[in-house]
This record gives sequence, C-alpha cells and structure tokens, in this order.
Amino acid sequence: MIFLFLVVSLAFVWAAVTGSFTVPNILLGAFIAAIAVLFIRERVDRPFVLRRLGRFLSLAALFIYELALSAWRVAVLVLSPDMSRRLAPAIIAYPLTVKTDGQITLLANLITLTPGTLSVDVSEDRSTLYIHVLEMTDRDELIASIKHGFEARVMEVFE
Amino acid sequence: MIIDLMYYLAAIMLVVGAVFSLVAAFGIVRLPDLYTRMHSASKAGTVGSGLPLLAIALVSFDGAVILRALLGIVFFMLTAPISAHLLARASYIAGYRPKAGFGIDDIEQNDKKLK
Repeated sequence: MIFLFLVVSLAFVWAAVTGSFTVPNILLGAFIAAIAVLFIRERVDRPFVLRRLGRFLSLAALFIYELALSAWRVAVLVLSPDMSRRLAPAIIAYPLTVKTDGQITLLANLITLTPGTLSVDVSEDRSTLYIHVLEMTDRDELIASIKHGFEARVMEVFE
Repeated sequence: MIIDLMYYLAAIMLVVGAVFSLVAAFGIVRLPDLYTRMHSASKAGTVGSGLPLLAIALVSFDGAVILRALLGIVFFMLTAPISAHLLARASYIAGYRPKAGFGIDDIEQNDKKLK
C-alpha cells in the first residue's frame, strides 16, 4: 500500500520535473521510483509512515505561518522611529529535550525563522541551544512557548 | 478572468517581496550589531526572495517551472537560517560580543569553552 503510494507520487514528481506528462515518461518515472523505493523498503515499511507525513505537512504549514509573522514583525520594528527603545536583545540558554543531531538541526532552523529569535550555538554536550532574542520580555515564557510549540512538534515528526 | 486574477496576484507578490527586501536592507543599516542584523537578513530576506519565486510559479502555467520555483523557496528556507546561524556563531567565537548595554548573555555565564 505504502509502496504503491510512494511509487505513484514519485512518478508524478518525475513527470513534473522533466516537464512532460506523456504516458511513456510517467511509466519511466514509475520504473525509476520503484527502483528507488526498493532501496529504502526497510525504512518505509512501517504503518505510521503516512501519519508521520501528515504531521510533517502540518509542521511545514505552521512554519510558513510563523515565517510570515516573523518577517512582518522584523519589518515593523526596523521601520519604527523609536527602534532602539524597543530593542531588548539577549542571548539565552535553551535546555534541549530533543537528542539527535537531525532533530536539533531542524529545531534550530525553525527557531531562526520564527519571530524575534535566532539560534547562535549548541553546547558541546548537545544539551543547550543558545538563542539570540531580539525583543526579550520574559525568559521563562519564551522557553515554554518553544518547548510546547516547535520542540513538541519536531518530536512528533521524529517519534 | 481567473488568469487575470493570477497575474494581479503575482504582481502584488512581486511588489511585496521587493518591499521586504528593501526593509531587510534598512534593517541591516539601522540595527546595532551583527546578531540583531541577522534577524533582519534571515527573515525579511527569506520572504523577500520567496515571494517573487512564488509569483513566477503562479504565472508560468508550466509544471516544471512551478516545481523548480517551489524547490527554490524550500532551499531558501533551508539555507537562510543556516548561514545566519553560522555567521552569528563564527562572530561569537571570534570574540565579537553583542553591543554593550544590551541585556543578558547566557553563553558568557555557562560556556567557558566558547569564550
């Protein structure tokens, strides 16, 4: 079931990339997709792959929304005449719950593109992420919002 | 009718994208230090380059072009935060601190290695 879904969707991606939706070209795409899926069959042969895909898409949607919001806030801040009074930059330590490099990378990227925060560095032992904050108000509130927002969603995707 | 609407939508996206790019440039001039400047460059900059690509996808009416434009946006979103992060990290390690008089610095207190 999942193989069929992967082969069909990859065949259409192939047709889109090569720019021709003719039957022979889609069949060629399906053939290449089948070979590719054959290589990764052990990694995708799990019942929850489709559910994870759904979660991944919802994370992507949240991310695009946050990015738009973030760009808007930075633009408003930059254009406001009393910018230097509104600025309250700080570098704070964020205690990481996620463990693997892949999860930390994804979380750090998400944090950089969300309102007022920018990842600066990860500590040697991978337990702390240092975040630069543009308009610092309440440290605990900020940490809690990342913990319950992005970090929880990243863990769902990688579960 | 629908096609006209898409052209207008694409035109609006182009203008809004250009405005965001301009604001990102303003931010780089106005903000006080590298760390705050990276906020402007990575966020407003990503939207400023993503919207024109989206406009192209809207009016091209060609699957191959649409897919490439969308992939271009995805790669912008993947690489902009990484370069902002690398620049911030590199300048911290090189000894460049956030501009004096600005708030808290947890790295200073926690991480001897980075200093």
